Amino acid sequence: MSTKRSSDTFIPKRFFVDLKRYFPYIKTSAAATLKSGVSGAYLGWLWWILDPLLFMLVYTFISIVVFKQSVRYFPVFVFIGLTTWQFFEKVTKQSVSLLRHNKDIIKKVYVPKHMFLLENICVNAFKFFISSILVVIMMFIYRVPFRLGFWQVIPELVLLLLLTFGINLFFMHIGVYIQDLGNLINVALRFVFYLSGVFYDITGRVPEPWNYFLVRANPVAFVMTSLRGTLLYSEPVDWLWLGIWTAVSLLLIVSGIYLIYRQENSYAKVI
Amino acid sequence: MENVALSVRELKVSYRTIKPMNVKNIFSGKARRSSKFEALHGVSFDVEKGEILGIVGENGSGKSTLLRAVAGIFSPDSGSVDTFGNSVALLAIGVGFKKALSGRENILLSGLLLGFSKKQITEKMDEIIDFSGLRDFIDAPVSTYSSGMHSKLAFSITAVLEPDMLLIDEVFSVGDKRFQKKSYDKMRQLISSENRTVIIVSHSLETLKKLCTRILWLDSGNVKMIGRPKEVLKAYSEYMS
Repeated sequence: MSTKRSSDTFIPKRFFVDLKRYFPYIKTSAAATLKSGVSGAYLGWLWWILDPLLFMLVYTFISIVVFKQSVRYFPVFVFIGLTTWQFFEKVTKQSVSLLRHNKDIIKKVYVPKHMFLLENICVNAFKFFISSILVVIMMFIYRVPFRLGFWQVIPELVLLLLLTFGINLFFMHIGVYIQDLGNLINVALRFVFYLSGVFYDITGRVPEPWNYFLVRANPVAFVMTSLRGTLLYSEPVDWLWLGIWTAVSLLLIVSGIYLIYRQENSYAKVI
Repeated sequence: MENVALSVRELKVSYRTIKPMNVKNIFSGKARRSSKFEALHGVSFDVEKGEILGIVGENGSGKSTLLRAVAGIFSPDSGSVDTFGNSVALLAIGVGFKKALSGRENILLSGLLLGFSKKQITEKMDEIIDFSGLRDFIDAPVSTYSSGMHSKLAFSITAVLEPDMLLIDEVFSVGDKRFQKKSYDKMRQLISSENRTVIIVSHSLETLKKLCTRILWLDSGNVKMIGRPKEVLKAYSEYMS
């Protein structure tokens, strides 16, 4: 239960205490959001599977018939890219207006504000998880050989989570004060989408030495490319850059948490 | 002082009046950030367990701010608020309802937000449903409820879950006549329970005189007077007239 609150509580400790305390809320609320997303639908929860499945079919069709790419396992290649991208994009788009959406709660009870972001990430991680099952099924269909190196997706997925959390702490904060940040973010996301090589192979398509930087300077592209390399082409993981981006993400998270704990008491007065 | 349920020390809360901006204003340089306004300038007091503290003061004297700071909605800019592990709830109506979900699911969600554990809420579930009088509709989505039903459910959640410390901002009335009577009785019962600490903000001096054991008079962010209801309320009404 809540106990002493003052302006000088040690923030790292507070972060973990709050996380433990609000975990049941995050879980219940994420489940509720997922459920209410399909509650009016005729097919109900089947949409959680149908949605990515139909997407997969559409993009498989496009990638085989329209693009006729020479990339090996191209439909799986595209689907891994899309799954990664959609997770990042959905969380980001929702984060900008997240606090304004929850203003009824914010004005009436105290909740550490990043709990809303964590809830949002849980919701989209669930959808990501279902799409991932489809990725595995596609890998079977396309006879991608099983390798022991698959474990390396774990640090790559951890990076995706940390990165999404870190960046969006800031978007969530700024979104409180700048109302049309959402419009800007939409344009920026579209730009990053095309830069990230969801539908094409950056390394093969972009001339040297630009491709090297395009893959590494853009963390979303980096995660995408690494996941494909690990799952499809048994390429070695670029541990240096994985380390760099993980460190950057952690730095973003720590500074974002500090920012939010310092500033959150003024949110209720603005939104 | 083992009976102290709430201890507020040198509490300062300021509002930074930051206006929501848009991108146009930033580029045109119109975006003016923050002018600071301090709503509470170092308020200190203790509340003992079982006490009913009334807060009076003019509009803008910081009553609601104080209540929200105690509830933890605003964190203090300096000073501290210690609730000694007691559960605190602002009598908040319909916090965190998700309209597509059933009444039952919303009870759980709202209760978790108010800081109760899942176990506590499940134990009280039936009592909440009975009190709200919505048993026949409890598994229907909240979006199908009338506004009266909506507020009945919301009130029942806070009333039945019985936090250790209850904060009430202004006297309220929800639902039809019969439910109003029921909720008023419930409030009386809640308030008069031995272990419960209550803080009420109200402009109705009559209500405060009837209910409170002590009165705090806030005057533009400072404690002007704190003490027995009779004396404080007398001084306050003299000051106001």
